[in-house]
Amino acid sequence: MANFYEAAADKPAAEGRESWRGRFGVQLFGDRLFALITLILGLVILSILFGLTLALVFGSTASIHKFGLGFVVSTDWDPVNDQFGALPFIYGTAISSVIALTIAVPLSLGAALCLSETAPEWLSRRIGFLVELLAAIPSVVYGLWGIFVLGPWLRDHVEPVLGAYLGFLPLFKGPKVSVGMLAAGVLLAIMVLPYIASVCTDVFRAVPRTQREAALALGATRWEMLQMAVLPYGRSGIIGAIILGLGRALGETIAVAMVIGNSSEIAASLFKPSSTLASVIANEFAEATSRLYLSSLMELGLVLLVLGLLLNVAARVLVLGAIRGAAGEGR
Amino acid sequence: MAEKLVCRSLNAWFNHGQTHALKDVNLGVGAKLVTAIIGPSGCGKSTLVRCLNRMHEEVPGTTITGEVLLDNENIYAPGLDPVRVRRRIGMVFQKPTPFPTMSIVENVAAGLRLNSANLSRAERDEVVERSLQQAALWEEVKDRLNAPGISLSGGQQQRLCVARALAVEPEVLLMDEPCSALDPISTARIEELLLELKESYTIVIVTHNMQQAARTSDFTAFMYNGNLVEFGDTKQVFTNPSRPETEDYITGRFG
Repeated sequence: MANFYEAAADKPAAEGRESWRGRFGVQLFGDRLFALITLILGLVILSILFGLTLALVFGSTASIHKFGLGFVVSTDWDPVNDQFGALPFIYGTAISSVIALTIAVPLSLGAALCLSETAPEWLSRRIGFLVELLAAIPSVVYGLWGIFVLGPWLRDHVEPVLGAYLGFLPLFKGPKVSVGMLAAGVLLAIMVLPYIASVCTDVFRAVPRTQREAALALGATRWEMLQMAVLPYGRSGIIGAIILGLGRALGETIAVAMVIGNSSEIAASLFKPSSTLASVIANEFAEATSRLYLSSLMELGLVLLVLGLLLNVAARVLVLGAIRGAAGEGR
Repeated sequence: MAEKLVCRSLNAWFNHGQTHALKDVNLGVGAKLVTAIIGPSGCGKSTLVRCLNRMHEEVPGTTITGEVLLDNENIYAPGLDPVRVRRRIGMVFQKPTPFPTMSIVENVAAGLRLNSANLSRAERDEVVERSLQQAALWEEVKDRLNAPGISLSGGQQQRLCVARALAVEPEVLLMDEPCSALDPISTARIEELLLELKESYTIVIVTHNMQQAARTSDFTAFMYNGNLVEFGDTKQVFTNPSRPETEDYITGRFG
């Protein structure tokens, strides 16, 4: 110890400090520069979101002034008389998404359980790849397929059956047509399925083996093990995946615009044409000649953005909860 | 000695036959006694205990040959559902594994809901209380039974897992290094527990800790490299081992 101090004292003090400062000075500068660059990049992303929201708010001022809160509860969408209300599209967006999730959630959960639990490794890898490939198909291709294949098939084979057995419900009354709410909902279901399924597969695979074995050791069957250990453990992850799918379904535009029939009326029957927030914007912005018309379309966009943001926040909270839950388990 | 569990030329492999983890193990576990399995890391002691309730086969790429007799009945008999075996042979793992979304009560009662067992609420509460008492946890948690199982300390969580295993009334309790994640005080509680539990259960405990084996067990098996090197009365194994490898291990010359 004494030698060490003596050796240090022998060295000229200035030289020691100089080399010290030189080495760390350069590193500090590099680190600061890097921090600054990343900060700027991060702020750019934030400002894009902020700017987008501002643009939508400014763009929709005219409509906000004219209709106020009445905009979101009015069912009247009449461009000829400059009357605009968003409710038919909010309704269309909500119902088509509900149909999509009603179909997609059980299918995705089943697919995810098959991929993560029951299928052998080689099969699971191939099917998993195919499921994720579904997400890579451009939505306009889905739209085309919806118009020429899915819509007519639903009209000829599904809607008559629904009408015959469930026709007493207003949901399934009326003439069978190939474009409408049902077609849009089913198409959306197919489109969001890969998202929900692949996230759920990852969620199930992340359930620790110790949890599965704890259930099996109690004498659980495979199905009971899933119920006892896998599904509860992955609960928030599953909800997060569903919200991710919902976000996709809410915002999907072109495929929906191609198959939903584009009517601005609220109809009880799922066979009837409808519109969503996204599809009406895509369909009508080119013909929005009056200032108020354009402003109302902007406000529809704002409503959609707010819906999407709220959902994403909810999903984020749930997924964070899932991560914390997993961390707490290790105590 | 009445033998509850008997292994006959038990062999086990991992990695599609590449790793031979258990080599021709023959072992008899006495009823209502504590049998300790000791040995260095990777010697196959966990694999052995996991073969006793057919948990080994849950890992992909594993194989087993030989027999394990529970009351003279082969648990590997063709057509026998492993679920039925595991109902009779409970297990506690190295790390406490309470189900994170369940309360203390729900954790203990988890096994009761299985295999369409239908208990009334009163019956369930009775079993929960009895199991928690057997696991020496009742006094500590009786006022917060609905708190999440993971809100307990590590030692309490491990006793919760013991209670959960006991609730389904197994005949044999397997413990795979149950104290390796616990502090000395919690370890001492689990060891006390073992001595009480052996009045009613047959216990097999895998342990890294030789003092623990010496303190708690009636019989000790020493494993090395997949072989059962020595098996006998705990006192004899620790004071007068018959094989030089055992002596080297317990005197700390390797492992």
